[in-house]
Amino acid sequence: MPSIGDIIRNSQIWKSVFRHPAPVDRRNRVVVMLTNFFLHLHPVSAKKQGIALSYTWCMGGVTFFLFLVETVTGVLLMFYYRPTIEWAYTDILTLRDATSLGILRELHRWGAHAMVITVWLHMYRVFLTGSYKPPREFNWVVGVILLLLTLLMSFTGYLLPWDQLAIWAITVGSNMARATPFLGYEGPGAQLLTVGGIDMITNASDARFGLLGARFVGEETLNRFYVLHCIAIPLGVALLLAIHFWRVRKDGGISGPM
Amino acid sequence: MHGLTYEEFLSQISGFLCGYYVLLATMNGLFALYRWKQKDELKQALAWSGLGLVTLILAAMVASGNEDIIKYISFNETIKGVLDGLMSPTTYSLGSLVILLVMFRYREVLVRPNIAWLGLNSMMLFMGLSMADSDFAAIVTKPDNVPIVGLIFLLAFFTWLATSKAVENDRRIANGELPLEATDAEKEKVLVWPDLVYTELICMVALTALMLLWAILLQAPLEEPASAVKTPNPSKAPWYFLGLQEMLVYYDPWMAGVVLPSMIVAGLMAIPYIDYNKKGNGYYTINERKFAYLTFQFGFLVLWVTLIIMGTFLRGPNWNFYGFYEYWDSHAVEAMNNVDLSQYFWVELLGKPLPKPDPEAAFLTKVLVIAQRECIGVTLLIGYFAVLPPLLAMWDKKRLFQPMYKRMGFIRYMVMTNLMLWMALLPIKMLARWVFSMKYFIAIPEYFINF
Repeated sequence: MPSIGDIIRNSQIWKSVFRHPAPVDRRNRVVVMLTNFFLHLHPVSAKKQGIALSYTWCMGGVTFFLFLVETVTGVLLMFYYRPTIEWAYTDILTLRDATSLGILRELHRWGAHAMVITVWLHMYRVFLTGSYKPPREFNWVVGVILLLLTLLMSFTGYLLPWDQLAIWAITVGSNMARATPFLGYEGPGAQLLTVGGIDMITNASDARFGLLGARFVGEETLNRFYVLHCIAIPLGVALLLAIHFWRVRKDGGISGPM
Repeated sequence: MHGLTYEEFLSQISGFLCGYYVLLATMNGLFALYRWKQKDELKQALAWSGLGLVTLILAAMVASGNEDIIKYISFNETIKGVLDGLMSPTTYSLGSLVILLVMFRYREVLVRPNIAWLGLNSMMLFMGLSMADSDFAAIVTKPDNVPIVGLIFLLAFFTWLATSKAVENDRRIANGELPLEATDAEKEKVLVWPDLVYTELICMVALTALMLLWAILLQAPLEEPASAVKTPNPSKAPWYFLGLQEMLVYYDPWMAGVVLPSMIVAGLMAIPYIDYNKKGNGYYTINERKFAYLTFQFGFLVLWVTLIIMGTFLRGPNWNFYGFYEYWDSHAVEAMNNVDLSQYFWVELLGKPLPKPDPEAAFLTKVLVIAQRECIGVTLLIGYFAVLPPLLAMWDKKRLFQPMYKRMGFIRYMVMTNLMLWMALLPIKMLARWVFSMKYFIAIPEYFINF
């Protein structure tokens, strides 16, 4: 009498998905790594030292997992949220008060904070083990850009609830762009950029205006940050993540003594 | 939490604090068991379980919610006053630098498990005793500030973990052995299924549980709807940018908000191309890369993390500095009487009026007058960034700078030293502000260039 598990595992459907028996012996533990799309990011075998939790702290993996959590909760949040001054705040209120399983926004917000922290810890570990040294120099550079993009994702998302906390944090943060050398209208050198006595850099044409889409944090800014937060930056992150992971493998796997 | 009487505040916080002390007691009990069973240290185990008992008593005391009992397990006004009085932007920042250096010097002692555990206990007891203060609790329990408390404990733990591994490796290397990561047993290859895949799965499950718990226990903040006319005081950037906002005290926005952040990113990217030291690749060590280690720790722990902590917990209305236990009074005025270097030089030293360019004059004339006025600052700046590095290479022949210069060549050497000098400039500016009330080394308000 075959068990239900055996019936499932011997069915044509199961076998079409998993092209090998369960990974319980050495051969199939190798095969599973080679035939599974998600697992093939990993090598088949690795040095014991390189995969020790006390060595890697798993912080890169945790950061990636949090990115996935942010993606899933973010998509769900987009169902409930309209990025206009008219609706943004009330949609958040509805989300808080009237939506079942009302911890979506909490998961998304705390996940974002956690991701900032874990990405720092990942960088900290990589530095302390000297893992940026040859041949991994370029992957460190990719990592620095990913760190920057993580902060920018968090920063653009901060505006979306459209409450006092959001608008003033973004105002303080984006006021800096006003002082960009040459490109900000209060920045050094901006006065020099004149054509026929007309200033080229004004508060309606400088770097801050480009960031906000307006002279102050308003409707245009909300739309701009929404698009940056939900589409532009995550796409950039996804591309760089692919390169980052690929380079880990190409540069010889998780670092270890030469 | 203002608007509550102290009694109401205590009844709100006592439940949390009770759980907190029970957690601490449990941790001490488990640690005692571990030292006894695994390491056979009976005396230490007894001491830790004794401390566990004490924290259990603290839990019972705080659970009462009674002001007369809780006052025995919180800092009294005198201690709070002394702690607040000791704290200022400069003592805080320079103090954290000194603490880093002391911890670096005595790292071999500090990483010992019993001592590190004592450190964790003191951190947690300090938090617990402070939480009975309503002003302290008001800041620490703000929903968006909770991650920073987590960051402090996580950083402390991982710094301990990395340092203890580095200390162990350094000891082995000094004895002519291989670092732990390079032993034959560790270099042996194992299958990724199950050895890595299972670890990852467990991490994912644990993290999911933690995130769910966090999301259920702590509601995301939502304040009043946005209003362009009601400016909150203080207005703060998101917490991870508060180190940059803190730099606004010492630098103009074009430096603190644009140039310095860009240099942080560029400097981080430059690290692998500057650090030519081939040792310490793929294992924890400090002795084999002391210079790189200290520079990075100075940048990350002192300049980035402690400034974020200060910006979050110690900067109140009008960006004034408040001690841990001070009420954030938005009407407090801090006297700001800072003077530019050119003012010192022309007015106070030479007794002359400050040279002022005629606004109608030609551009070149104005520039010349300004250059004359700011000559001291400009000279200092050029000396600092362009002359100091070559001098260092000539003076320090054996140990650090001349060998570096020889290995790196002129351009790489100048890039490396300039990045370092930029980092060092912040504490220098802090000191100058503290000791001489110095505002700007170079002040050219005519062209928005203040430095």
